[in-house]
Amino acid sequence: MLDIQTQLFEAQDIRFGPIDYETHPDIESKWTHDAEFLRLFDLKPARPLSPAMVKKQYEAVEKEMDEDKNLFYFTIRAREDDRLIGKALVEWIDWTNGNGFLRLGIGAAEDRRKGYGSQALSMLLRYAFGELNLYRVTAVVPAYNEGALRLFQKFGFVEEIRRREALNRDGQFWDLVSFGLLNSEWREQNNGRG
Amino acid sequence: MKDIYRGSLVRLCDESPDLLAKSMMKWDRDTEQHRLSDSEPAQLWSEKKLKDFIEKRANNSPQSFRFWIRTLADEKLIGGVGLWVNSWTHEDAWLGISIGERDYWGKGYGTDTMHLAVQYAFVELNLRRVSLGLHAFNERALKSYQKVGFQLEGRMRGEGLKDGVRFDSLWMGILREDWLASRYAKEEK
Repeated sequence: MLDIQTQLFEAQDIRFGPIDYETHPDIESKWTHDAEFLRLFDLKPARPLSPAMVKKQYEAVEKEMDEDKNLFYFTIRAREDDRLIGKALVEWIDWTNGNGFLRLGIGAAEDRRKGYGSQALSMLLRYAFGELNLYRVTAVVPAYNEGALRLFQKFGFVEEIRRREALNRDGQFWDLVSFGLLNSEWREQNNGRG
Repeated sequence: MKDIYRGSLVRLCDESPDLLAKSMMKWDRDTEQHRLSDSEPAQLWSEKKLKDFIEKRANNSPQSFRFWIRTLADEKLIGGVGLWVNSWTHEDAWLGISIGERDYWGKGYGTDTMHLAVQYAFVELNLRRVSLGLHAFNERALKSYQKVGFQLEGRMRGEGLKDGVRFDSLWMGILREDWLASRYAKEEK
C-alpha cells in the first residue's frame, strides 16, 4: 500500500534539510580542520577549507544537482535545534541500470556514536529505494573506517568487492571495500514497507 | 630503452580527429561491440559531434591517457584503450579498452594491447595499481584480463540491465609488484 503519510525527511532525533548558505559554511569549515573526519569521509587528500571555499563547494553541489540530475544531497540536522550535524547523499546515479552510490558522515566527533548515522542511513535507503526507485545501492568504505563497516553490515549490505591495497594512508596500504544492497533485500528486511 | 608503444601484434598511437570520427561512426553502429564494452546506453552521434568530442578530449586532462590501436601487420586502426588515474595519491588508475573492429576479436590483439596499457601504467606513470570493471557475461574479456595478470576482486550483483535481463559486473585489479613478478615482465627484459 502506498504510504505517503510517513515523512521522508524526519527521523527520531534527526531530519534531512537543504544547504543553508548563512550558517553552514562556518560549521563545515570547522569539520575540514579535523583531518580525521575528512579521512573517514573522503579518499581525496585531506585539506582544511575556509568558509568561503565551503560555500563554493555548496554552489558546485547545487549546480550538479540541477544540471546533471544524478546527485541528491541532504544536510543532516539535529531535530532539537536544527543545527547541522552531517551530510548524506546519493551520488553517481546510473538511471539506465538503476544504481546509485551512498555516502554519509557526521561532522563533529561529539555527535558520533549516538545513532545519528543509523537514522540517516535508514532515511537515505528509503529515499533511494522508495523515492528514486533504484534497483541497488553501493557504499564504498576504506578498510580502516571500522564504524562505517559496522554500520553497513548492520543494515544488511553484502560485501561485494575488496579492492586490494587501493589506498595508501600513513604509509600503510588499505583495501577499499564495496558494499551492495538490493531494493528487494531492503524491502524484505522491512516487511515490504520500507 | 624498450619501445613502450609497441607490442607483438599492435602499437599504440594517436590519430587525427577526422579519421577517428569516421572510425567511431562505424564502430558505434555495431551495438554488440558497444554492449560488450560499455554500460551507457548505445547511441549514434553525427560525425561533427564525434569530432568535437574527440577534439575536446584531446586536451588530455592530467589524469587521462588515451591511445588508439593499430595492428603491426597491416596498420589497421582497430580500437582504443585508455587509463584514467583516479588518484595520484593512492597511485591507482582505471583501465578501459574496446576493439571496435569485430574481425579482430578473439585473436590476441586486445590482450596484447592490455599488456601495453598495464606496462604503461607501471613503468611510465609509475602507478601501484590498475583497476577495471567488466560485464560478467563478457567471458572473452575476463579470460584476456586474467592472462595479463588481473585478479578478480569482486562482483556487483545485478549492476547491469539490458533487454530486461539483470547481470553482474566483475571488478579486477593488478598490483605493480605482482605484475613485475609475472612471466610477461620477465620475458620482456
